[in-house]
Amino acid sequence: MTVLCLVELDGGGPADASLRAVTLARSLGDTSVRTVVFADSAQVPADALAGYGVTDVYVVEPDLLDGYAPQAWARVLAGLASETGATAVLAAGTERGNEVLAHLGAMTGLPMAANCTLVTPDGGQTHRLVRHRWAGLLLEDAVMEAPVALFTVATDSVANVSAALLSEGTPPGPPLPSSIEVHVHKPELAEDDLRVRAVESPAGAGGVSLATARVVVGGGRGVGGPDGFAPLEELAGLLGGVVGVSRVVTSEGWRPHKQQVGQTGTKITPELYLACGISGAIQHIAGCSGAKHIIAINTDPGAPILTHADYAVIGDLHQVIPALVQALRAR
Amino acid sequence: MEILVCVKRVPTVGGKITVTPDGQDVDTRMSGFSISPHEECAVEEAVQITERMGGTASVLTLGPEVAIEQLRDALALGAGRAVLLETDGREFGPIATASAIAAEVKTHGYDLVLLGNEAADTGDYQVGIRLAHELGWPVATGIKNLTVTQDGVVARREYRGVEEAYSLRLPAVVTVKEGINLPRYPSLPGRLRAKRAAVERSAPDWAAEGLRKQALRVPAASKHQATVLGHGADAVPDLVRVLDELGVLS
Repeated sequence: MTVLCLVELDGGGPADASLRAVTLARSLGDTSVRTVVFADSAQVPADALAGYGVTDVYVVEPDLLDGYAPQAWARVLAGLASETGATAVLAAGTERGNEVLAHLGAMTGLPMAANCTLVTPDGGQTHRLVRHRWAGLLLEDAVMEAPVALFTVATDSVANVSAALLSEGTPPGPPLPSSIEVHVHKPELAEDDLRVRAVESPAGAGGVSLATARVVVGGGRGVGGPDGFAPLEELAGLLGGVVGVSRVVTSEGWRPHKQQVGQTGTKITPELYLACGISGAIQHIAGCSGAKHIIAINTDPGAPILTHADYAVIGDLHQVIPALVQALRAR
Repeated sequence: MEILVCVKRVPTVGGKITVTPDGQDVDTRMSGFSISPHEECAVEEAVQITERMGGTASVLTLGPEVAIEQLRDALALGAGRAVLLETDGREFGPIATASAIAAEVKTHGYDLVLLGNEAADTGDYQVGIRLAHELGWPVATGIKNLTVTQDGVVARREYRGVEEAYSLRLPAVVTVKEGINLPRYPSLPGRLRAKRAAVERSAPDWAAEGLRKQALRVPAASKHQATVLGHGADAVPDLVRVLDELGVLS
């Protein structure tokens, strides 16, 4: 059996989200996991992908397709899926992954399941799966009947596990494929597939991005108003991080939307999220549950955020944060 | 500029989501309903464009008769016309939803169709794209900034710290995300007009799809509680120690 997985690149290697999709692809059973990469073939991270048990990489080079064109990427996947007889096509549940697979679903008439956490082949054309609804606040058990199963992988719920690591474990996992083959693929693309394409330019005015920050200092209703954020900014500066906010803060107009953490804002994955004056509505938790550690500062010991935090300080952030800033400055 | 905005009626969930005993739906006995957040911004965007360029912002929902409430919310914000694609309560999948919307678009004729990037409840991430394919129109998704001219749009979003700009010719489909604008509050005259406005209706056919829901469930709740380091500023020495242990004090 063959499954096909779109791999996005990030900083020269495969994106972490894509490796999670490859990990899930491998779990589909006795399959050859083949990947598709849009890059110069000199930049294809073949060794990294080999370590994840990938047997083949199809490379579409920039002279044929330069930059991101969602419908063209989907056309390439459609062609390769039929060429390789793939029973499933996967991508990470990123903005691009969801978009490309939705195009693939639309052009083939096949169903597509977004943000799956578990997929199990169930004989014939059937897959049983679990997927996110409400940004992961609810799980849906579903059945997909389709000649080719299309799904994206909920990247905050599926681990990134290399096959190399498993094969050396105790007990040893399945052996790695003996080699990985890199094929330069030259797809036929129609003009129509290329009419929508991204023109890329550096975003915003530098600085640390909320999505990739190592430390995020969160401010919620408890901050009290637009003037209350200076101590949070100062603390974030001392910790080499950035300020994030809850939805109430942006809908009150205290801070711009681009700082919002949550279901409809940014999903963050820092080492530390320091949630100040944030009660922890589930939509907010959907955005910060990827944090490695959470510390809450809240006046209410019963606030829902405390069931998600590792540590808490019960108290008014207007007293705790200035004292913390002072203590850090004194170090 | 003739714009159609597609909105969805979803439960307003507060602290907790619960599921009905049969596992088929979200328990809404204790909750209100509202327009899915991305789509509320889509309504605002359409109203702003027609205020600037003329034309009509129409609003459409596919749902049960009670979803007229959400159409009236959109009318109160400045939409000029409302269309209900009435269902019998069954959940339409993304393929059937896109076909039903496409039928309305073909009948009426629009320059631009706006949707939310994904519905807050089902999170399918595909209705706008399937609609565009059915119409043969270009589509851009996840848009946070939209510039409209007479014959085209430039739609922008951010991805991994890079800004992506998409130029589309009209007619086109664009799905937007919260943050593209700050939706206004409805005015009193707006509310009164919305109350009296007529709603056009039709009833599209439900169809089975290859992806079938079996049950919904709430992920296992953690019984976890945070370790309380102390109260007020007195807790700061312990807080500093923890920050040090976590390795965030460099």
